[in-house]
Amino acid sequence: MILYGVRRLALAVPLLLGMSVLIFALMRLVPGDPAVTVLGYKATPEGVAALRKAFHLDEPVAEQYLRWLGAAVRGDLGHDFRQNEPIGQMVLDRLPVTLELTALAALCTALIGVPLGLLAGGRRGGGADRAAMAVGLIGVSIPDFWLGIMLILGLSLGLGLLPSGGWVPFAESPVENLVHLTLPSLTLAVSRAAVLGRLTRAAVLDTMHRSFVHYARAKGLGERAILFRHVLPNAAIPILTVLGLQVGYMLGGAIVVEMIFTLPGLGRLTLDAVVERNYPVVQSAVLVIGAMFMLVNLVTDVLYGALDPRTRPR
Amino acid sequence: MAVAGALRAALGRSRPGGHRGLTLAGLCVVGALALTAALASVVVPGSPTEIAKDLALRPPTWAQPFGMDDLGRSILSRVVHAYRVSLGVALGSVALALLAGVPLGLVAGYAEGLVDQVIMRPLDVLMSFPAILLAIALMSVFGTGVVLVAVSLAVVYTPIVARVVRAAVLAVKVEVYVDGARALGAPTARLVLRHILPNAATPILVQASVLMAIAILVEASLSFLGVGVRPPTPSLGLMLADGRSFMLQAPWMVVFPGLAIMAAVLGFNMVADGLRDWLDPHPATTGR
Repeated sequence: MILYGVRRLALAVPLLLGMSVLIFALMRLVPGDPAVTVLGYKATPEGVAALRKAFHLDEPVAEQYLRWLGAAVRGDLGHDFRQNEPIGQMVLDRLPVTLELTALAALCTALIGVPLGLLAGGRRGGGADRAAMAVGLIGVSIPDFWLGIMLILGLSLGLGLLPSGGWVPFAESPVENLVHLTLPSLTLAVSRAAVLGRLTRAAVLDTMHRSFVHYARAKGLGERAILFRHVLPNAAIPILTVLGLQVGYMLGGAIVVEMIFTLPGLGRLTLDAVVERNYPVVQSAVLVIGAMFMLVNLVTDVLYGALDPRTRPR
Repeated sequence: MAVAGALRAALGRSRPGGHRGLTLAGLCVVGALALTAALASVVVPGSPTEIAKDLALRPPTWAQPFGMDDLGRSILSRVVHAYRVSLGVALGSVALALLAGVPLGLVAGYAEGLVDQVIMRPLDVLMSFPAILLAIALMSVFGTGVVLVAVSLAVVYTPIVARVVRAAVLAVKVEVYVDGARALGAPTARLVLRHILPNAATPILVQASVLMAIAILVEASLSFLGVGVRPPTPSLGLMLADGRSFMLQAPWMVVFPGLAIMAAVLGFNMVADGLRDWLDPHPATTGR
């Protein structure tokens, strides 16, 4: 088990290196001189030369990459083009927002998706099943940014129940913090919950036909007891696995949700940097989000092996 | 990749309802939308770009069931024209991804070993980013516009297609009929194209419909975020971005473009769902 985890972690290193090369190369493909782009129409040749020197843009590309990578490994992500602030600090400031949003959305996903799947799978082919599956299909098809807008329109602007955006740090006011994150988390959760619901149903149906379920039924156990005591624990592995994968996808979805609800998270940082053409920030932020995405998938994969020894490869 | 295997196993189980019906219903939705988009100027009265200040923010009426936007443009007409962009980007990106991903997956799956590693490892890197993040990064570098959205999405999709094709090839190539063809002296190209590819078509087809649905969502998201289609072109995502500032006075500006995105995505998801079960040659072991 531990060996498997270590092996997966070792495989992640070249992948992470590949990601850093890809992002770095991509940012060097930006048409034109980034120094000129940053300084704009007022750029003087001296100014451009100074900026190129300050950001090492005058060095060979390979050297620039190694310098960036070397510093990044030590936790130094360099400085941004605009305010010359340390990017590492920017990322650290934004990280808790994205992490909290993702965690709450994962919770909502589980709380919506699993009951939906149980409802559908518990009575296969019945009215509840069909209804839950229809809800699932629609849920998967809802654009999350549109859902966010609709929730703002209905619940915050219409009924005035919840704030339409903004961020209050947890340390400042835990209640306000959660109130401000309710709609964003729901927005992020709905389509993922639909996926989880569909999978939960499939996992439940799969388990329903195992012999221990037949035995439990023969023993005279009620359907409810069978579902919760025998089926659910055995269906839990695929459910948890898919939840893990969904958490990864949420990191991408968070970019859009943070934008709609004006949350100062990592996605917002990336998007603002893209608009400002602040390439060092784009480069680092994309790498950090990508690394988190990879880490979540890795943890999911290793946990899967831990929970179900049968699936552990070799 | 234990997870992928488990997912395939779990998702392969059958669902209630007629699969054929679901596929056909999905195809009807998609076909109707495509036809409307193709005949946009015939089907819908009014131009998508004609500005009529006196009609600005006019609520839905019988003549204009989706209402008017802040510049007095017909939202119905804009939605129908925006479908051209949505469906065009979806079709273009999936076609490009198939063009690149199918050969890569075929070669990787058939050759295995070093060739497989050389092809798949770089693609793994591309798959290590959330799709929308990679698309945003690509758009930030290469600029905005319809063609670039399609190309960026194709880059995001290629590894997914290659992986699906590779897995299908690995499963099919050990079948007896492939050995038989090889024993009869079929050259490799013929073996791959005539015997392996057709039998690996089902997962490719299902994946393609799923990717079409995702493409519509991602194009709308990118345009909404301002890194997708450029403003004069009607796009569902751009319409939502514009409508946000007016959503209190004119909720129809955000309601209808969103419903339009959902309808198209739902159509493709229905096709994918139905196809998955309909074409599955090994029906679920759970019985019906």
